[in-house]
Amino acid sequence: MNFDFADQAPKMMMLLWGLVAFAVVVGGLLFVLDAVPSYFARRREAQVLAAYASGGPSPRRTKPREGFFALFFLMPAVLLLLIGLVVPALRTTLLSFMDGGSQNWVGLDNYRWMFADDAIVRVLLNTLVWVTLVPLAATAIGLIYAVLVDKARMEALAKSLIFMPMAISFVGASIIWRFVYAYRGEDQEQIGLLNQIVVSLGGEPRQWLLDSPLNTLLLIVIMVWIQAGFAMVVLSAAIKSIPADIVEAARLDGVTPWQMFWQITMPSIRPALIVVVVTISIATLKVFDIVRTTTNGNYDTSVIANEMYNQAFRYGQNGQGSALAVFLFLLVVPIVIFQIRNLRQQRREG
Amino acid sequence: MAVFARPRQALAIAGVLGLALGVGACGTGSSDNSGTNNNNADSAECAPYEKYQGHSGKKVAIYSSIRDIEADRLDQSWKQFEECTGIDISHEGAGDFEAQLPVRADGGNAPDLAFIPQPGLIQRFAERGQIKAASADTKAMAEENYPADWLKYSTVGGTFYGAPLGSNVKSFVWYSPKTFQEKGWSVPTTWEEMIKLSDTIADSGTKPWCAGIESGDATGWPATDWIEDVLLRTQTPEVYDQWTTHEIPFNDPRIADALDRAGTILKNEKYVNGGYGGVRSIATTSFQEGGIPITSGKCALHRQASFYANQWPENTKVAEDGDVFAFYFPAIDPSRGKPVLGGGEFVVAFADRPEVQAVQTYLASGEHANSRAKIGDWVSANNKLDLANVSNPIDKLSVEILQDDSSVFRFDGSDLMPAAVGAGTFWKGMIDWINGKDTASVLQGIESSWK
Repeated sequence: MNFDFADQAPKMMMLLWGLVAFAVVVGGLLFVLDAVPSYFARRREAQVLAAYASGGPSPRRTKPREGFFALFFLMPAVLLLLIGLVVPALRTTLLSFMDGGSQNWVGLDNYRWMFADDAIVRVLLNTLVWVTLVPLAATAIGLIYAVLVDKARMEALAKSLIFMPMAISFVGASIIWRFVYAYRGEDQEQIGLLNQIVVSLGGEPRQWLLDSPLNTLLLIVIMVWIQAGFAMVVLSAAIKSIPADIVEAARLDGVTPWQMFWQITMPSIRPALIVVVVTISIATLKVFDIVRTTTNGNYDTSVIANEMYNQAFRYGQNGQGSALAVFLFLLVVPIVIFQIRNLRQQRREG
Repeated sequence: MAVFARPRQALAIAGVLGLALGVGACGTGSSDNSGTNNNNADSAECAPYEKYQGHSGKKVAIYSSIRDIEADRLDQSWKQFEECTGIDISHEGAGDFEAQLPVRADGGNAPDLAFIPQPGLIQRFAERGQIKAASADTKAMAEENYPADWLKYSTVGGTFYGAPLGSNVKSFVWYSPKTFQEKGWSVPTTWEEMIKLSDTIADSGTKPWCAGIESGDATGWPATDWIEDVLLRTQTPEVYDQWTTHEIPFNDPRIADALDRAGTILKNEKYVNGGYGGVRSIATTSFQEGGIPITSGKCALHRQASFYANQWPENTKVAEDGDVFAFYFPAIDPSRGKPVLGGGEFVVAFADRPEVQAVQTYLASGEHANSRAKIGDWVSANNKLDLANVSNPIDKLSVEILQDDSSVFRFDGSDLMPAAVGAGTFWKGMIDWINGKDTASVLQGIESSWK
């Protein structure tokens, strides 16, 4: 395919403006963040010098000024959180008690619908399958890989191979895998890797993504493929930070590799393990891109985030979409609380 | 911790960037050429646009699902209008138009005009008071140029919201005149002949039909067209209307009957799916690729709308004696007239500024329909459209059918229904149906989603 730059000129110009605007905004922000504190620092320096010159006691650092500093740095984050998270969350919760057009109150109808409609129950079940299998599989694969390549030859290369999928966007990864699962008729040349393998083994090509529940499992493979690299990197770093003397002492005691793994490695990397599982669980609950790109939620593969988008934006059922969003939010909350408690506990122990 | 070593340096960088942005803003501002266009506003060429004048320098933003070449052609079609009136029309096409438009409207960022292909969506906007009633001028223009049937679709609660623009005819079966001639097949004119022909082709070892309903976000819609076309042929238009307005349940036996009849072709392993595989390959074959095997002789028939003319590979001759052409999807009982299924988009306004109304009126006029038709690949129900301006033979046939008084025209049913059904469970149901689910439970599922 030819790419004609002249044809794309308006888009290129728009892109250029975007870049310029980005540079100006970010440059301006950095400038303000740089100039304002250094202005105060210089003023204070001048005050100290003046006080020193006049021979008096140096002026006391006042607490309110510190508060002002903190506020100055917190403000953007707080403001953005309010605009981008708190207000929408409250609005979504309100909308979930209203009808599709967001005009009349309907009480709990949308929530009742969610658990009564077979198609939606199916969606909830699919999400459950996702959130059980993905963190388990991704963490397990990442952990095994991290242990196996630890201190092996070509470790960096082996690790980067697994880590690479992390760099691909979810949509990109889904498109890649859609080709893996692609189907062509029996008398045609297969373009899908999986079907080509099946055909060369003498089988018949299959339409992988049409059969439930196999299709959901095949989509889960994509997520695991992406997330295993993340798990591997974090866990590998944790394994490397196990104090050498502990490993040494265990070796002197004559542990088997199996005992080493369960009694030394696992307990030592437990905090990292929890972080990995929690992070992947939350990412999995929100999974949207993979399902939308590969099957669009058809053939019984839909998940909550995808259904939420469909209901709210495509079908004009704001209430039902919001109810799904609130439910998704409720599912994430316990995981977040667990993580926070875990962090606190570690800090206390540390 | 200083981000820049010297604040002055940072100031200089920020200053230069700011200056660049400022200059750029001026640059885009000066490219607005509305001032120079007024010079020829009084010329003879501009005579038809006189009634739209007086809004020079004003801008009108249009949002639609029309992209790429089609969008360029639209831009070209109102060029003369822009030059004569000084109104600057900017058109933006988006792939996820149906999902984005409500978001933009709710967010207070609505376009001035939108080309909406779903009467169901127009109704939603009208009920929420987000769109403006068409002006008296627009209404008069639309009533003059379009059949009353078409105006009904953009009328909600007695208020008229906008005229149709482009149209398409869906009741076509694509075939290869070349192959038909070679094999001695003839174009069927009744349903029975069509089935007999299918059997003949199937006996010769070729799968007669090919189909594809994959269409990204909209997967399933080509199958809904099948059902609607068959329903129009097995029942009266009144039953069709009752079905689209939910006066009869979605799983009425008459609908089930239409589904089963469509199934005798679509779910018949002997008939489908030429070149792609079994029945279930219909679900994963994109609608753009659906009919392509006709060009290689892997199948012979493909039911798809007039706009499929744009999908054929390059250098495919679309003509009555060419590589591909289409015949009218035959009626089952010819004595009941000639049912035609079709679709089209409507020009609906979110703003009622005078220049927006001027553009809305202009788009309903014969001038625009002919201006657009001359550029190519365009069908409209506008009765001012001169057949001589329509070049593509399929478009010609479509316009003839639309202007034919004996045609019983009905709008695409899934577009008339509320989006949750028409673009939701109906599409999904069709996918499940192709994928092997039985007619009764598919229809029951769709019925229970319609509240």
